[in-house]
Amino acid sequence: MSTAWDVAASVPDPEIPVLDIAEMGILRSVAVDDAGHVVVTITPTYSGCPAMRAIEESILDDLGRAGFTDAEVRTELSPAWTTDWMTEEARHKLEAHGIAPPSRTDGPPEVRCPQCSSTRTDIISPFGSTACKALMVCSECGEPFHHFKPL
Amino acid sequence: MTDSTLTQHGANPTTALFAYVLRHADDCLILSQRLGELISWAPELEEDIALANIALDILGTARNLLQHAGATEGVGRTEDDLAFGRSEREFTNLLLVETENGDFGKSMARQYLFDAYQDLLWNQLVESTDERLAGVAAKARKESAYHLRHSRSWVVRLGDGTEESHQRIQGGFDSVWRFTGEMFIDDDVDRVAAEQGYGILPSSLEADWSAAVEATLTEATLALPDETSVRTGGRNGLHSETMGPLLAEMQHMYRSFPGASW
Repeated sequence: MSTAWDVAASVPDPEIPVLDIAEMGILRSVAVDDAGHVVVTITPTYSGCPAMRAIEESILDDLGRAGFTDAEVRTELSPAWTTDWMTEEARHKLEAHGIAPPSRTDGPPEVRCPQCSSTRTDIISPFGSTACKALMVCSECGEPFHHFKPL
Repeated sequence: MTDSTLTQHGANPTTALFAYVLRHADDCLILSQRLGELISWAPELEEDIALANIALDILGTARNLLQHAGATEGVGRTEDDLAFGRSEREFTNLLLVETENGDFGKSMARQYLFDAYQDLLWNQLVESTDERLAGVAAKARKESAYHLRHSRSWVVRLGDGTEESHQRIQGGFDSVWRFTGEMFIDDDVDRVAAEQGYGILPSSLEADWSAAVEATLTEATLALPDETSVRTGGRNGLHSETMGPLLAEMQHMYRSFPGASW
């Protein structure tokens, strides 16, 4: 039988379904007490992230189907989410999906084209189709692409 | 809110925290509403998306703060009750954020002046002794850094652009400048907040803000607007004539269909 953590961790990010919420760093903890009550703690990526509600509902639905019917989801703001919490595997998946992964917030702000791997890339707009992404273009292959912004 | 209730708020530790959190929530909520009005009116599609993103970020910050204010007040008011159930006199946002959009130059001038202020504010409030407020600030400061970079780049691009764009953005700064002084006025609520350690005196941000704004305007080849008489009242619930229509639109659904849900 799956643990409550496994169930919660497998919930996909509704806006970037190639990643689950554990890989994203959104899932912070899962606690189950002796009576079987589950408390899942999540943290939003951005203050106004519209996916939080959908994530919460998916967690409760999936837990319920796995037999964890007594569950609640708590949202914590602190410590503030950072892209540095994204796993290496998550970064590879993002790149394979065509989204340039975020650089480390304490490292050089290099953005590599997910199509041709060139680092000759330019920003088109610092705000993309979701709060967490910027719109970029590659000067080498000419392809526009999304960049997950370091935060 | 009248001056006497403000004094009462200042005198009572719980209501002072409520009033302090609420005013910063109102700044974010009202500006996000103004930015929302701009969607589909920006000069290019990417800018529509950018303004929507910025509006969403500060709406999120407003929601976090309104939830905190409601919990602090302790009489069961939710974020929706506070956003949609209060009258104009109960809103304590700065006059700057309620000013009408006008052309893109004016909207960007307003955005830049406010972003420069919020960037400094959140960087201070991460040290708040109120854990929840510090948590909201820690998230908001990372987002407002992106907002500031964006609005600042527009100010420079428009100011140091064509004759037309220069004139438009200069006109924008000239028209909203009289609302900026209000950001740095300390009142009873701020004084209690600073004494208790959960807030700061707005006047302490003014020197850094002025230096940053002056540097940006110089780079943008723009003139610092002339000193004008400072317009105040927002923090006491005394708003400009543009606030009523804004609230009417924002609160219409909640008031027309009380208790409705999606």
